[in-house]
Amino acid sequence: MKKLVILGAGTAGTMMLNKLYKKLPKQEWEIIIIDKDPNHYYQPGFLFVPFGIYSKEEIVKPKAKFFPKGIQAIWDEVEKVGPKEQRVYLKSHPPIDYDLLLIATGCTPDPEETPGLQGKYWQKDIFSFYDYEGACLLADRLAEWEGGELVINIADMPIKCPPAPLEFAFLAEAFFTEKGLRDKVNVTFVTPMSGAFTKPVASRMLEGLLSERNIKVEADFYLERVDNDKKCIVSYDDREIPFDLLVTIPVNKGATLVGDSDLGDDDLHYAETDKETLQSKKYPNIFVLGDATDLPASKAGAVAHFEGEVLTDNIMDFLAGRPLSARFDGHSNCFIETGYGKASVIDFNYDVQPLPGKFPIPGIGPLSLLGITRINHWGKLAFKWAYWNMLLKGRSFPISTHMSMAGKKREEELEEA
Amino acid sequence: MSEVLIAGKAVQVNEEGYLTDMEQWDEAVACEIAEELNIVLGPKHMEVIHYLRQQCQTGKTLNIRRIGKSGVVDIKSFYKLFPGGPLKNASKIAGIPKPASCI
Ligand SMILES: Cc1cc2nc3c(=O)[nH]c(=O)nc-3n(C[C@H](O)[C@H](O)[C@H](O)COP(=O)(O)OP(=O)(O)OC[C@H]3O[C@@H](n4cnc5c(N)ncnc54)[C@H](O)[C@@H]3O)c2cc1C
Repeated sequence: MKKLVILGAGTAGTMMLNKLYKKLPKQEWEIIIIDKDPNHYYQPGFLFVPFGIYSKEEIVKPKAKFFPKGIQAIWDEVEKVGPKEQRVYLKSHPPIDYDLLLIATGCTPDPEETPGLQGKYWQKDIFSFYDYEGACLLADRLAEWEGGELVINIADMPIKCPPAPLEFAFLAEAFFTEKGLRDKVNVTFVTPMSGAFTKPVASRMLEGLLSERNIKVEADFYLERVDNDKKCIVSYDDREIPFDLLVTIPVNKGATLVGDSDLGDDDLHYAETDKETLQSKKYPNIFVLGDATDLPASKAGAVAHFEGEVLTDNIMDFLAGRPLSARFDGHSNCFIETGYGKASVIDFNYDVQPLPGKFPIPGIGPLSLLGITRINHWGKLAFKWAYWNMLLKGRSFPISTHMSMAGKKREEELEEA
Repeated sequence: MSEVLIAGKAVQVNEEGYLTDMEQWDEAVACEIAEELNIVLGPKHMEVIHYLRQQCQTGKTLNIRRIGKSGVVDIKSFYKLFPGGPLKNASKIAGIPKPASCI
């Protein structure tokens, strides 16, 4: 028997397990999946929990519920991969040999990267909603908070789900308005990027929302540290922004095991991966997908889904000794909550920036790319159902793997208009 | 996208003035873009710019932490060399894409 080992049973690992279980002949292949945490968190829900839109309970389910029957799962922490000896080393189990390895260990926020972040205000007036515990604690704090300076800060890029911090700002603004507290709250969005929006067309279409909602933006701000005496965040060029409540998006990092396993020299622990084939740049029998890669694509569940289609084809090619035939184009799409029951939606790839149009059916929709509509918001809420019932089970969506220009307005058309 | 003359050379730039083809870049082009940003390039600037171009070629997303740990420049000095927004300004001068998020 040959062995396929999958590291990480999050979005990408679970999806690939379901896809490959169907594809690989059972008499030839044994599949083993390893994860340190038996709970699956619906991470897009972390955005909604702080505002009481989703309950803490509804975004967690046992991981094993999404595995095919008879799959051997090991609940343990992976410490290291030995790519030369084709072996995975675990914390409390004996090592496991593999013929083919899939790495899907994602990325997580690391507050320790920023001096002072975990000081006396940590989880009292400083919260990260990028993990389950943080999102739940923030929900409790927001429910009782009486107002002041609310600062939302991205410590550094790349982060998973890049629009989530901005969505948080929009939802917070609406939350305090609906609570009748808006005149007591200042909302400031602080980013290391050149602005809240960085793509030209999206900026033109959506930037007005920020002034309309009176959300201040502080751009080009690279967080150096948190000053706990002055209760402010400080940038490398010595700008200081005081806060009463800080919502931080800490530096995001790949799993330590990736950094420790000769999979690339990236100090943020992302595995060096071919951006089209998803094969490790260092070892041909290792493939990587989801947030664990160093691809210049968004780190999002939707991206993992499109990667999954490409990867399945390439793995079948690899096992048959053929050249890898499928190419990932960086396709991503995501909903952007804008508050008050409305949302926008974007669809893009490595080369094409988000453009306006109708999606997924050209000319019809029902979603409006870069529009702000109620239907887009329903789409975002429906994503939860699709995530649990289709995405994790490796089923296909009625959206093509490669990004399509059909239904989109081209950049040239927009310039002429 | 449009064609402009920079340092006597025809190059393609996007609507924000970033080169769309990093191969059309040379140090003279860099100096002229830097001048528009009120930066006079010295040897240290050039060292950083060449490092960024090399990182860009490997397909990595540029990130301030990685630059700070590179041994080429620390983050404080990076700010002093390219005031305001070091990563976006240095990228423009280096002829590589503006660091961007997805929207
Ligand atoms: C606030 C927020 C909002 C988001 N919103 C959206 C959205 O609207 N749409 C969208 O598409 N995406 C969204 N995302 C992103 C999406 O959740 C991730 O991109 C996706 O989950 C990535 O899947 P993954 O399998 O690569 O990583 P994960 O799902 O994070 O899985 C990684 C797994 O690896 C395991 N693991 C890690 N290290 C080890 C180890 N050493 N040993 C054993 N196991 C290990 C972890 O326990 C985990 O189960 C959001 C994310 C956040 C944080």
